[in-house]
Amino acid sequence: MMAMAYSVSSPAPLAAAVGGFFDYNTTVVLAGTGLLGLVSGVIGSFAVLRRRALIGDALSHAALPGICLAFILTGQRHFTALLAGAFATGLLGVWTVSFLRRHTRTKEDAAIGIVLSVFFGVGIVLSRSIQSMSVEGSKAGLDNFIFGKTAGMLAEDVYATLAAAALIGVAVVVFYKEFKLVSFDSDFSTVQGWPTLLLDLVLMGLLALTAVVGLPAVGVVLMAALLIVPGAAARFWTDRLGPLLCLSGLFGFLTGIGGTLAGVVASDIWQVHLPAGPVIVLAGAAFFLLSMLAAPRRGVLARLLELLRLSRRVAEQNLLRTAYEMTEPHLPRRAPFGIDDLVRRRSWTEQEARRLVARAASRGHLVPAGPERVVLTTAGLERAAAVVRTHRLWELYLIEEAAIAVDHTDRDADRIEHILPPALVSRLEERLRATKRLPAAGPGIAAGIALDVGDIPPSPHRLEEGGGEEPKIEARR
Amino acid sequence: MNLPAPRVSGPNLPRDEAAPAAADPASTAPPVEVHDMTVAYHRKPVLWDIDLILPEGKLVGVIGPNGAGKSTLLKAILGLVPMVSGRVEIYGRPYAESRRLVGYVPQRESVDWDFPVDALGVVEMGLYGRLGWFRRPGRAEREKAMGCLRQVGMADLARRQISQLSGGQQQRVFLARALAQEARIYFMDEPMAGVDAATEEAVIGILQELRSSGKTVVVVQHDLQTVPAYFDHVILLNLRLVAAGPTSEVFTAENLRHTYGGRLTILDEAAHAIERAYQPAPEDRKAEPPGPARPG
Repeated sequence: MMAMAYSVSSPAPLAAAVGGFFDYNTTVVLAGTGLLGLVSGVIGSFAVLRRRALIGDALSHAALPGICLAFILTGQRHFTALLAGAFATGLLGVWTVSFLRRHTRTKEDAAIGIVLSVFFGVGIVLSRSIQSMSVEGSKAGLDNFIFGKTAGMLAEDVYATLAAAALIGVAVVVFYKEFKLVSFDSDFSTVQGWPTLLLDLVLMGLLALTAVVGLPAVGVVLMAALLIVPGAAARFWTDRLGPLLCLSGLFGFLTGIGGTLAGVVASDIWQVHLPAGPVIVLAGAAFFLLSMLAAPRRGVLARLLELLRLSRRVAEQNLLRTAYEMTEPHLPRRAPFGIDDLVRRRSWTEQEARRLVARAASRGHLVPAGPERVVLTTAGLERAAAVVRTHRLWELYLIEEAAIAVDHTDRDADRIEHILPPALVSRLEERLRATKRLPAAGPGIAAGIALDVGDIPPSPHRLEEGGGEEPKIEARR
Repeated sequence: MNLPAPRVSGPNLPRDEAAPAAADPASTAPPVEVHDMTVAYHRKPVLWDIDLILPEGKLVGVIGPNGAGKSTLLKAILGLVPMVSGRVEIYGRPYAESRRLVGYVPQRESVDWDFPVDALGVVEMGLYGRLGWFRRPGRAEREKAMGCLRQVGMADLARRQISQLSGGQQQRVFLARALAQEARIYFMDEPMAGVDAATEEAVIGILQELRSSGKTVVVVQHDLQTVPAYFDHVILLNLRLVAAGPTSEVFTAENLRHTYGGRLTILDEAAHAIERAYQPAPEDRKAEPPGPARPG
């Protein structure tokens, strides 16, 4: 991940290289979309983390009527005026969502749906009216705000983006701690005395600013994707906020650059003129897909691998438990058993049982003992007794004590002492011992010393300190 | 969301710190004083005319059936939900002026545990109020936060992302964050709901430590059985205040019937708890200052 980050993250040489390859216009566009992606990625991450991703969508759609109104009021395509109009109605849209949610029975998702479509509808009506009413109107290119047109990006668009980026960069650095707190636990932030509402408004304002400066390039319909996708992709790679913001910015930057380049290639080589918004979104989707599949731990492939490993371990433990239960009546003698015995006791097919036995043999837990028969080794018996002990303790706990809670029972069965208090574990062991179901493990039994229930010391914690004939519980890993 | 009071500066206003009544440990004002509190959601009142004075240095349980307004009471005291009417004072001052004295453990479900932060990072948030605007937590804060995690037995999981913790461990992280606030009064919303046995032990241990160092702890509690064993003082709530006072006087079958209505299973449960707690020597209990039997 980091290797990839370093190889492409330095924008200065990239810009120089790009400047050599492309004309001035393309360079401006690349700088603009790259910067826009960077800042969208950073500020959009906060929206994603607050579970407000769709607010960005409502915001950008609600900006369209503002652009049109600004054009009607000024009568020309005055850049700053258009952005101011977009900002105003965008925030009005967000405020409407919050008003509907608070003061009516409309839920947030429905409120977002209403605001998004109604404001967008108004915007389309206004923009079509403008275009059919006057000559300037038809030339204003307001339609470009719907899907975006990077080719039309001017230096002033880039300056606007640069200014927004600078402002957002400074705000995120200065208020990092406050934004983090408000995004994670706004109630706690209020109790601590932070002006939660104000901080929330600042975050929302920065989000609106980003969306608005991005509209000429990406368009109102797909601007939200540039806000949401980089953050969502970055989340796969890291569990920490700082790296998440950096990575999301990087993904955004690359998305902007990549999308623009793809657009340039399509129009120069294949003569296909694609709107910029969709192409940029597709570039973002590529990053998201890559992250979703390949990210370590959180990625789909990593999770599949994890699942595979877990099911292997469960199968191993089941084999050992079955082996122990078949050996148990004959202890201290280690009686051999057949593969068919395993098949009879478990839901395994004969093939599966053979594979498991082979794996256990390679670990040194089982050794062959005659045709189609195997026997637990010393190490195998120790391990099996440990597994059975933990399993029986859990079983007993669930039956007798589970009124307390069961949300931690899916934990690794090897670590009962880490989860239950020692006194409780001792009590459970006492009960197992009373029914002669407490497995003892260690060199004692395997060496053939008779298993005398009375000899077993009372606490599992003394066992771990080892020594003498005390059964030793093997600590895994 | 209503903010307690308009403020121009950050939470670490020096004025806050110097606030005489708030900072004076000898202040005689009670930790919490609630007058005429009424809270409503969408015109439906959820708390009616609550009048309450809590004693200093006690473990206080807030008890009542589902939907009785237990959490709402806490949130209204802390200014998290608006009151329709009423007044709240913390150590004799409005909440906005005494928030530095308050620690808070919200309900576990109130946050997104998938947030990209580790246990230590959450506990550090308890120190943000002291840090004030612009200052980032540094080495000193990290060590302090580690100390709080150690107190709840979670030091070895400090660097774990919070969604990788069990429910009980998450609850302990919240408790550690409140400890980091170094408050004089703590409000905890169901800190023992749905947690494992080890966590419940850890939580109650911390609560008792806090009390013995003179702190006041107000806990919303769901499990009636443990009430007499855990709390010195109880508030019985069901939209109205049914009763409040020392556990030995107030936690009675009759009061519980007023609180819970005719739900017999709950009453039985409570009756057993009362029996267990007070049977051994009911006369001795009376002589002692209000406080239930505590084994050990």
